[in-house]
Amino acid sequence: MIRHLKILEYALSSLCRRKFKNLAIIAVYAFTISTLASILFLTQALKIEAAKVLIEAPALVVQRLAGGRHDLVPTTYGDAIRALPGVGSVKPRVWGYYYDSINKSNYTLLGVEAGQTELELLEGRLPQRPGECAVGAGVAEAQVAGIGDDLLLIDADNMGRAYEITGLFRADSRLWSNDLIVFSTEEIRRFFAIPAGLATDLIVEIYNEREVVTVAKKIKRLFPDSRPITRNEILHTYETVFNWRSGMILTVFAAALAAFCILAWDKATGISGEEKQEIGILKAIGWDTADVLELKFWEGMAISLTSFVVGLLVAYIHVFMLGALALVPVLKGWSVLFPPFALTPYVDLYQIVVLAFLTVFPYVVCTVIPSWKTAITDPESVMRG
Amino acid sequence: MNPLIQVANLSKTFNRHRPDEMRALAGVSLQINQGEGLVLKGTSGSGKTTLLSLLGCMARPTSGSIHLEGRNIAKLPERFLTTIRRRTFGFIFQQFNLIRHLSVLDNVSLPLYPTSMRESEMRARARQTLERLNIGSKERTMVNKLSGGEQQRVAIARALINQPEIIIADEPTAHLDSHLSGELLDILAGLKEQGKTLVIATHDPEVYGHGLVDRIVAMRDGRIAEAG
Repeated sequence: MIRHLKILEYALSSLCRRKFKNLAIIAVYAFTISTLASILFLTQALKIEAAKVLIEAPALVVQRLAGGRHDLVPTTYGDAIRALPGVGSVKPRVWGYYYDSINKSNYTLLGVEAGQTELELLEGRLPQRPGECAVGAGVAEAQVAGIGDDLLLIDADNMGRAYEITGLFRADSRLWSNDLIVFSTEEIRRFFAIPAGLATDLIVEIYNEREVVTVAKKIKRLFPDSRPITRNEILHTYETVFNWRSGMILTVFAAALAAFCILAWDKATGISGEEKQEIGILKAIGWDTADVLELKFWEGMAISLTSFVVGLLVAYIHVFMLGALALVPVLKGWSVLFPPFALTPYVDLYQIVVLAFLTVFPYVVCTVIPSWKTAITDPESVMRG
Repeated sequence: MNPLIQVANLSKTFNRHRPDEMRALAGVSLQINQGEGLVLKGTSGSGKTTLLSLLGCMARPTSGSIHLEGRNIAKLPERFLTTIRRRTFGFIFQQFNLIRHLSVLDNVSLPLYPTSMRESEMRARARQTLERLNIGSKERTMVNKLSGGEQQRVAIARALINQPEIIIADEPTAHLDSHLSGELLDILAGLKEQGKTLVIATHDPEVYGHGLVDRIVAMRDGRIAEAG
């Protein structure tokens, strides 16, 4: 043990002797790891956000298509669906997207009945009368407004309407409530000019989760113009989109990664004359080949682990504290129109281990193998000077 | 005197079976006794350094045998040779071969790093050795800041730290002026008085006449020209 500690100590002092060269390697190495880790962190965090949203989402949503276009669904469909075996309740939902051209943000406007929603308010109360609304944190920030302030929106008749903010939302995932503006159902029908008897979609409650797909098929048979969407389908779509986007970035980044690999290989394989001389001296004064390899192993580990930890920290700060400034436009795609929201920090240990295996391990190997070639050579050349 | 090292018919060829093949040693036989001060003399390319390398287990012979205290070490695996190098030999190189940008104390301690000796004990022994060579005051100085004579003392201290039985020195006075050469030879003479065996390769006439030398072996073209 003492022997290993002393070799480690010598390895660290050896690195300090070439501090500028090694700091340059650590900087490039850490940048590479931070970019890779940022992509992984952001993709994972977005998927987790999406999954959290969908936990609160209904198991089955039924929309109506007209000529392939999403259209309003008659609430009378609900009566027939409710009669299907396994179906609990069917609730019509009135909602729509709203583009705020001043703040360049997309909001989701939703109609709810007081006492019939699972949304939790951070403060205030749900809207009860026409002319009132409750908003998510992102909307409040974008509008620089709070409870008691007025929110000005343009309705379907292109008329400006002022709504008093009566409440602020909270949710585990800010992605869910961040861009939300809630009105009474009566008010939102008026705002979007949706006639009574029609809804944006229907939420179907199903007693047994395993029956969701079966019920969806039955609904499709019952109403051929309907489009039942299960929660799992939405989740799968999110995951596919985020994986595809992160894959695209990784592909683009592959060139930079390749450049780094060449640099690492060049550094690691190109043992300088001074380093060769040092290995020869160590061997000549009694260091074993295994001792020399252990020295080089510790050197490689010190550089790669330092770079790895620095890279991870930078990635964590970049993604979870700075909102992934460099990656968000590509990874979130259209959703950049959302009011800005903070991602919930989530780090997947498995991904970290895989990243470490793909970066730390090859570097250490690249350091040890060329040294091994030198270390097994007789130290006789040292005598020759 | 007891024979410490017995060399028989030793040959060394570099770059075998290649166009630039070079025979450095050709059938050298030699005996070195315990406590002896032996000098190998000869011009550059005569085979002195190659013979030192083989005696010090830093290279393997192409043919022949080297018996160290009765045991043939010519064909031993590398790990055994390392152990022998560490325990039996102390090397003083022509170019000093110190690690630049490392302190005097660290350079001298180097042979003890891959041992189970505690760090405090290792440092204490290194300091003690430096004191013996009157260079203890420079222990924190980087070796590249030292004069040639001081660097040679550090190299000797490093050679002695493992308390070796045999000191092998390759052209130890080559980079020193006559005053420093004299000091170095006195140090080596002191070691010989302590019972160490000295094998020195040199073509410096000042060494030949020094009291530490018991025998001079002349080499030429990879052979022993004069056994002394």
